[in-house]
Amino acid sequence: MKTLPKERRYETLSYLPPLTDQQIAKQIDFMIDQGYIPGVEFEKDPTPQLHHWTLWKLPLFDARSSQDVLNEVRECRSEYSDCYIRVVGFDNIKQCQTVSFIVYKPNQNSRF
Amino acid sequence: MATKTGAGFKAGVQDYRLTYYTPDYTPKDTDLLACFRMTPQPGVPAEECAAAVAAESSTGTWTTVWTDGLTDLDRYKGRCYEVEPVPGEDNQYFCFVAYPMDLFEEGSVTNILTSLVGNVFGFKALRALRLEDIRFPVALLKTFQGPPHGITVERDLLNKYGRPLLGCTIKPKLGLSAKNYGRAVYECLRGGLDFTKDDENINSQPFMRWRDRFLFVQEAIEKAQAETNEVKGHYLNVTAATCEEMMERAEFAKEIGTPIVMHDFITGGFTANTTLARWCRRNGVLLHIHRAMHAVIDRQRNHGIHFRVLAKCLRLSGGDHLHSGTVVGKLEGERDITLGFVDQMREDYVEEDRSRGNFFTQDWASLPGVMPVASGGIHVWHMPALVEIFGDDSCLQFGGGTLGHPWGNAPGATANRVALEACVQARNEGRNLAREGNDVIREACRWSPELAAACELWKEIKFEFDAVDTL
Repeated sequence: MKTLPKERRYETLSYLPPLTDQQIAKQIDFMIDQGYIPGVEFEKDPTPQLHHWTLWKLPLFDARSSQDVLNEVRECRSEYSDCYIRVVGFDNIKQCQTVSFIVYKPNQNSRF
Repeated sequence: MATKTGAGFKAGVQDYRLTYYTPDYTPKDTDLLACFRMTPQPGVPAEECAAAVAAESSTGTWTTVWTDGLTDLDRYKGRCYEVEPVPGEDNQYFCFVAYPMDLFEEGSVTNILTSLVGNVFGFKALRALRLEDIRFPVALLKTFQGPPHGITVERDLLNKYGRPLLGCTIKPKLGLSAKNYGRAVYECLRGGLDFTKDDENINSQPFMRWRDRFLFVQEAIEKAQAETNEVKGHYLNVTAATCEEMMERAEFAKEIGTPIVMHDFITGGFTANTTLARWCRRNGVLLHIHRAMHAVIDRQRNHGIHFRVLAKCLRLSGGDHLHSGTVVGKLEGERDITLGFVDQMREDYVEEDRSRGNFFTQDWASLPGVMPVASGGIHVWHMPALVEIFGDDSCLQFGGGTLGHPWGNAPGATANRVALEACVQARNEGRNLAREGNDVIREACRWSPELAAACELWKEIKFEFDAVDTL
């Protein structure tokens, strides 16, 4: 029997081991297949009810492949290496956000 | 077919067939349509019985009255426009009735049901009667507020996207003190659940008064939220003996900053539910709806009201979540039929599809969607099937499946959250959860000791979708 350690989480997919670039790419491919518009957001010290993380550039309306999005994540990471980064997706038909998952955590030394 | 009211008054028992059975009638877009499954008493012709159903549920009474002459029956009468035998059943008929919209008060589910499932269900010419489906005309539908927030607003409020939500009902159902109850909530939430839930019969009993429960639970929510950095909630049940007490509890819940309250819409009643739903929209509080007593009404195949009708009525009356069965757990519900009414809860437009139990095309005209809640007898091994069946816009609730974990609530919650995220990841990667679901869970067990412990306790299962509630 073990006591569950206290850990900060970052919503969808944050209970999995950190995603590899290849795993992130698969999630983005799925999102693009669904017709969603991908985007990248970052924030230094996010709180649970902080709805708006800072948007990296604009939503990536012209992204054709996961590689386009991953390149933006990398660029964001090198410029804001002390920030949390998540990939988001927008559905312009349903007019809402549909996707958000964590792709980068700074100074990570947690179990996951 | 015109009603003959101008030919002078003739007293006597109504000849329903003349007036209320009109097979040539083409329903209007503004008519409210209903489909009944009708079992006439032996010897009563189906058309006569169908006319009686249309009459009793609209303008008619058992005899002709002189005041009929003072109104325009053609404008107000319900009309049976189609009768067809139910395939594979002896002496059962689907009876389709069109009701002019003016028969109903705007924005009142109570009024619609009082007409449609009122006196007619006790009618002598009938052996049994079941309301299978209703088509609400858009013009009438637009007079309802509907769900206080709906699925997309709820997601925005909670910061949760691209996966089903996870919940858990706190057990034992009755008998915990408020403080012990709060601890159970905290442990679940800190382990990774989004929501915990008051059981339906927890209102305000001697062992735990509502105000004490609300305060301890809110403390648990805030602590878990601070520690996990995720938004948490608990469905605080505000169902009460009177509407005034219900509203007092809801006001208090809002005052202490809780994000969601809960109501039992059938035992509490549609009027109370609609009042609460409107208050929830005005006050920015989410509304979870329980459905105690539904099986009394919807379980018999030949008599009562099908759950899809109750679900549609709830969408009008208002609720952000509604229990809809699990398909896979301990409670009854056949897959296609369940998905049929789940469509009615969350889609904006639903095509007629008899194989899913939807007798009419229903345009929901931008009314917000209700999130289906799958709850009852489910555990980690059910996760792949639940994700496959219900998709992202659902709330999956594991009561025993969280609290029954050998290491306690928090590890139990983590086991479920890990299983859920592993399934979502696998699905998005193109893996087939129906076929490979057990592999996905087993792979996650390798790095999650909490999930491994859960998987050892509950045995792997096979999925067989047997039809129970068939048409």
